[in-house]
Amino acid sequence: MRFRDEYRQAATARGLADALAAIMTRPWTLMEVCGGQTHAILRFGVDALLPPGLALVHGPGCPVCVTPVDYIDKAIEIAACPGVILCSFGDMLRVPGSAGTLLEARARGADIRTVYSPLDALALARAAPGREIVFFAVGFETTAPANALAAYQARREGLGNFSLLASHFRVPPAMRAILAAPGNRVQGFLAAGHVCTIMGMDEYEPIAAAHRVPIVVTGFEPVDILQGVLSCVRQLEAGQALVENQYARSVRQLGNGVAKALMAEVFRVVPRHWRGIGAIAESGLGLAPAYDAWNAECKFGPVRQGIEPERGCISGQVLRGTRKPTDCPAFATRCTPERPLGVTMVSSEGACAAYYRYRDAPAPVTAAPR
Amino acid sequence: MSGGGAEFALTCPPLSAADETVQLAHGSGGRAMARLLETIIRPALAEPELDRQHDGAILEAAGQLAFTTDSYVVRPLFFPGGDIGALAVNGTVNDLAMCGARPLWLSVGLILEEGLPLATLGAVLASMRAAAAAAGVRLVTGDTKVVERGKADGMFIATAGIGQVVAPAPIAPDRLRPGDAVILSGDIGRHGMAVMAAREGFGFTPAIASDCAAVAAPVLALLAAGIAVHCLRDPTRGGLASAMVEIAEKAQCAIALDEALIPVRADVAAACDLLGLDPLQVACEGRFVAFVPSTDAEPALALLRAHPVSAEARVIGAVTVGSAGQVSCRGPLGIARALDMLSGEALPRIC
Repeated sequence: MRFRDEYRQAATARGLADALAAIMTRPWTLMEVCGGQTHAILRFGVDALLPPGLALVHGPGCPVCVTPVDYIDKAIEIAACPGVILCSFGDMLRVPGSAGTLLEARARGADIRTVYSPLDALALARAAPGREIVFFAVGFETTAPANALAAYQARREGLGNFSLLASHFRVPPAMRAILAAPGNRVQGFLAAGHVCTIMGMDEYEPIAAAHRVPIVVTGFEPVDILQGVLSCVRQLEAGQALVENQYARSVRQLGNGVAKALMAEVFRVVPRHWRGIGAIAESGLGLAPAYDAWNAECKFGPVRQGIEPERGCISGQVLRGTRKPTDCPAFATRCTPERPLGVTMVSSEGACAAYYRYRDAPAPVTAAPR
Repeated sequence: MSGGGAEFALTCPPLSAADETVQLAHGSGGRAMARLLETIIRPALAEPELDRQHDGAILEAAGQLAFTTDSYVVRPLFFPGGDIGALAVNGTVNDLAMCGARPLWLSVGLILEEGLPLATLGAVLASMRAAAAAAGVRLVTGDTKVVERGKADGMFIATAGIGQVVAPAPIAPDRLRPGDAVILSGDIGRHGMAVMAAREGFGFTPAIASDCAAVAAPVLALLAAGIAVHCLRDPTRGGLASAMVEIAEKAQCAIALDEALIPVRADVAAACDLLGLDPLQVACEGRFVAFVPSTDAEPALALLRAHPVSAEARVIGAVTVGSAGQVSCRGPLGIARALDMLSGEALPRIC
């Protein structure tokens, strides 16, 4: 398959790993920002190819993981209102709020539906004028344009029975917060290729310059990731701190202008609370006042952000990149995908779930025949 | 319950629009039900045993029998490559085949939703008849119930099946031995993706078609040729990964697979990539895995490849003496990862 198989070649991957080993003179710690990258690293065993001394820590780029409990509680509360159909992306459904998940709310009788695009929810609103359709709009800059389009179209059509419960996140402020946090270990970033496909690379230049860290916009296949790591380490070894683009087959310097214009029309930058991390200034996107009539928080009351319950695990530190999932005493014992303690185990893209799912297979005594 | 035309006219409405959908009365046990059986169900299935209109089928058998049951709920009822009727026959036929049995007889329990178009029912029954004929099984007894609108997704079907055991030794996980070859009969993940794409209206072009098919013929060919089949499993819900983990745990042995040897069609791989699903955890409905001694692997492959449904059979790994219950899969970079059963429902990710 084009754009896939050539990025999964063992020989290419090993060549990159060898090149990396050849240029490294000291240990380095890099963070891959996106959960999709974390997943690929563990699924393909990219970490096993890295030379000793090169540590990859996993970033907060899993939207399901960082969505605050209060938004899930609000979604469940809204779904319980008569006449409401709550639409959500699938993997949000099993994330626990303070009193259960959306899946459990559905089992109790709430009308909660999985959609693959906010435009499906919009179509439902047109088809069911007697019902109130609420789309649970979570995600990073990647999902924001489609959600913006849904709100924009609803407003243009005067569709009164559609609204968004919006909990959008922006990646660059989170990267700044990670770098500024006490105990930060991150010396370079693999930035999220999909986010940059929308947003471009301009917002990353000031971060690289201010914090003296290389930032390499990176794709999601194993060869992408190794190329990103190699570029990052090459910069670190040379004392550089530049923004580079490994994922040029998708990312342009200025990003997607149409998508950005739509986001600017519908959203405004707001402070946002990240589950497990805390409040980060300017790290969220909320609906602009012109969209109050399509804002579920205006229709059903605001989300009240409270104190997160203690979950007896280190998922917050995992999201900040200061600890690894395997550092947690609960990992794979008290905490599994079936009975998750922290959100990083709930979402299939969370670092703990990825570690659990792809935890090392012991080397078989008899190799599989080729 | 003699249904003369005149008598019918007195108690039942004449053929009208109302007759074109299933009504609650069709499940009442009265004349409407008799008419549904007479005019739609029995003609569609064309089975002499059903025409006897007995409370049950009288069957002759000798030796060991295998007996299995399964219920089929799928939305939509029709999807590229199959429908609930074909699924209900092939699924139960395949479960019998996995026991090393020749499928002989099936029962058919229909739970119909009020308002289901009779044309839809007819099409599903025609598909069941065709699937039964293709698999060489007879649909010998049945039951029909009707539930109120909204209480079933159009229709549910339950089938139970009886087969004649032909395997000379039990077919079970505890017969796995280190060194056994793991043979997969064809590409994986098509059924799960076909149904999900049809249900959610993804509009892939061309549409992904389900692999829904009976696999009894190639299994019986293996047994007839004297291949020492240790274990068989059809990777339905939970996919290949869940099936392998289940067997490794039961057998207390390890299984090592090689991802490069596991066929996944490009359209299925692309759809899985898009949705964040692992093809190894996506359901098949016309595939099976056979564990055979490595010395039997080549002759087994030759036999399987003679059947269209298993023409792409290949060895995908081996049983090993690693830690009990562990299934590992060597990826494209040559690094092994552990496979696990699917946790909960497979939910597509956000981005």
